[in-house]
Amino acid sequence: MSMVAPHRRRRQGRAGDIVLLIIVLGLIWQAFYQVAGDVALTPPLATVGYAVGLMSSPDFWPNVRATFAAFGLAVLISVGAGLPTGVLLGLNKLAGDAAEPVLVALYSVPKVVFYPVILLCFGIGLAPEVAFGVVNGVLPIVIFTTNAMAHVKPIYLKTGRAFGLTGWQLVQTIAIPAALPEILTGVRVGLSLTFIGTLLSEMFAARAGLGHMLINAMQLNSVPRIMSLTLLILVFAAIVNTALIVVEHRVSGRGAEAQLDGAG
Amino acid sequence: MSGPEGRQAHVVLRGVTRFYDGAAGTPRVHALGPLDLDLWRGQLFSVVGPSGCGKSTLLELIAGLSRATEGEIVFEGRSIKGQVPDGIGLVFQEDASLPWLTVWDNVAFGLRRRGAPAGEIRRRVDDALRLMGLRDFATAYPAQLSGGMRQRVCIARTLVLQPRLILLDEPFGALDQQTRLLMGDEVLRLWRETGATIFLITHAIDEATMLSDRVGVMSARPGRFLEVVETGWPRDRDSRIAGHGDFGKLTAHIWSLLREESLKALGYGPAFQ
Amino acid sequence: MVLRAAVLGGGVLLLEILCRLGVIPRFTMIPPTAMAAGLVALLRTGSLNRDLFATFTAVATAVGSSVVVGVLAGMVVHAVPRVRRVLDPLFATYYAIPIWAFYPLFIVLFGLNEIPKIVIAFLYSVVAVIVNTLNGLDRVPRVLLKMARAYRMGPLATGTTVVLPSAAPFIITGVKLAIAYSLIGVISSEFILASRGVGYRLSFAYLGFDNVTLYALILLLLVCVTTINQVVYAWEQTLLRRWGRR
Repeated sequence: MSMVAPHRRRRQGRAGDIVLLIIVLGLIWQAFYQVAGDVALTPPLATVGYAVGLMSSPDFWPNVRATFAAFGLAVLISVGAGLPTGVLLGLNKLAGDAAEPVLVALYSVPKVVFYPVILLCFGIGLAPEVAFGVVNGVLPIVIFTTNAMAHVKPIYLKTGRAFGLTGWQLVQTIAIPAALPEILTGVRVGLSLTFIGTLLSEMFAARAGLGHMLINAMQLNSVPRIMSLTLLILVFAAIVNTALIVVEHRVSGRGAEAQLDGAG
Repeated sequence: MSGPEGRQAHVVLRGVTRFYDGAAGTPRVHALGPLDLDLWRGQLFSVVGPSGCGKSTLLELIAGLSRATEGEIVFEGRSIKGQVPDGIGLVFQEDASLPWLTVWDNVAFGLRRRGAPAGEIRRRVDDALRLMGLRDFATAYPAQLSGGMRQRVCIARTLVLQPRLILLDEPFGALDQQTRLLMGDEVLRLWRETGATIFLITHAIDEATMLSDRVGVMSARPGRFLEVVETGWPRDRDSRIAGHGDFGKLTAHIWSLLREESLKALGYGPAFQ
Repeated sequence: MVLRAAVLGGGVLLLEILCRLGVIPRFTMIPPTAMAAGLVALLRTGSLNRDLFATFTAVATAVGSSVVVGVLAGMVVHAVPRVRRVLDPLFATYYAIPIWAFYPLFIVLFGLNEIPKIVIAFLYSVVAVIVNTLNGLDRVPRVLLKMARAYRMGPLATGTTVVLPSAAPFIITGVKLAIAYSLIGVISSEFILASRGVGYRLSFAYLGFDNVTLYALILLLLVCVTTINQVVYAWEQTLLRRWGRR
């Protein structure tokens, strides 16, 4: 019989599972390497070595800065424009219903379709990268936020009104906290898509940035460079996303997990 | 063994107990028993008890959906061991209608699994639909029907296999009071027409008293029978039996048995009287 | 519905006016009517056919394989909870990962042909199918499983006549996503680097300052995607309405 509390045991179990997953993926990678050889892949441990070497090379950090400048700006705009828009659309039923099909239709259009248009509008440089990142990221934020606000349980609002709250008070003290978990999910998805969008735009037409480094490495046919860059990008995306998921769980759990053990 | 009026024992329970394993590191839960029970063929038997006392567990044991930890359950002379035997029909509290099939296909579902010939399926399904008053809805989907009608679809689906023992686990729990009373009349009508033995679980004391030949009153967990009350009603009855002089006495008697058990189940201490 | 059409129509009309008036320079965008005319002309010449075919077959291959593999994998993972627990963090993070980071690697591995983009599209879609299949299998109401046992149905019968139909709406969601993601995967890959396909023609037109072809292709993509979405959506709605939202 263990003395550790159930939820802590669960978290230890999860960490163990993640380690197991990484090991299994690493083994599969190693197996592919055995089959495909040096011309195609570099093995996991060697790749980690290259990645470390990459991080200490002089051309790496300026590119990272370029990517993050674009990414950061795109995030600021996506969240800054997306959240208020979503809140307003969610609160106003007419506007929300009218906008919803357009937004959902746009969501499934490959954004790359708009990329030439963006390039034509903004030229070359930081601006189109930021614009592309925003185009990718702002939609999920608006859609999730609109849905979250529109689906606040009516009983919560009734309760608020029973306590004499009105208008903006209701929104601030009841609607937004109630909708927060889903809003956070939208922000997380939006952030991920913004990152992907920034990277994609760098892969096509940029003078700097991680995506540009990746295409460069491909043109040089340097497998170690391609693999170590890819690894760094993946690891970064995974860490940020996992961190955001943890935040999300904290907010949406809010005690729901700690159910009292009672008679059925 | 034979019981009242020379009836045969349809189901016999002896010393039936059910324990559940606790979550890692906690002791196991004593859910039910030890119980002894005789279900007489063709009788309608209800079980009432406080929440959590193990009524549904008892039903699932008799059905063969789970295994007793100790004791024996014998149905038609054969022991039940965690497998649903032939001849038993089940109606659950939750809506078990299949949303992707029409009412007709729903009712035919169990029969089709048996591989019966098409002509016989058609005949039996039409009969069951007529019996349950669903003939006009044969081509509708469950989503288009009310909760009570969906439950009737589930009952029709069970009846079509002509079970000899019908187990109903709080079948009207999700319905409003008036629909419940009418559905109770339906059950009585079916009971008379099919001659099956019926075992019904309910938390509504008046429903149990109204419908049953005998009512098993269960204690709080671990559930044991405090008493089995005989109503002595005529076979030809419906919900208006509530007007009978003995109805109030029987219901009051059952409640007096149950009140304390219910307090226990709700977690009130002995100080609350 | 009417409001939506009005907003859309109004938007297009506004673009037309702004373009014709020269507020939006020809260099940036051509009027919608010119886009449509350009598209019709392009389709007539048949020069687009090879690329349309390449993109279409790539998307179809990716969708077909990701749905089949995804549903099967979903069923397997659902049956083994330990495997599911270990894979869970992967599924949660999967769509945050820029799958195109692998594209250069695949080109080096497979060459500059159709394979890298199909693999990218497959990888992009398959997890969506798996996750939605898992979701659907999770949501089979317990009472239906009890009912299947009450009818003494074996695991195969239960799986095919109760579990799969019950999970179908969710699996369909997965298929919808597979279609969208495969389309995005193929076209984006073609845009970055490819030898043929609609995305390739798109980037070629941009680099060649050929605005007419460029916007004709954009219009084509928008029309195709919208049509596919509407068809799938309509079909899904009929099913959901018939079955009720379980």
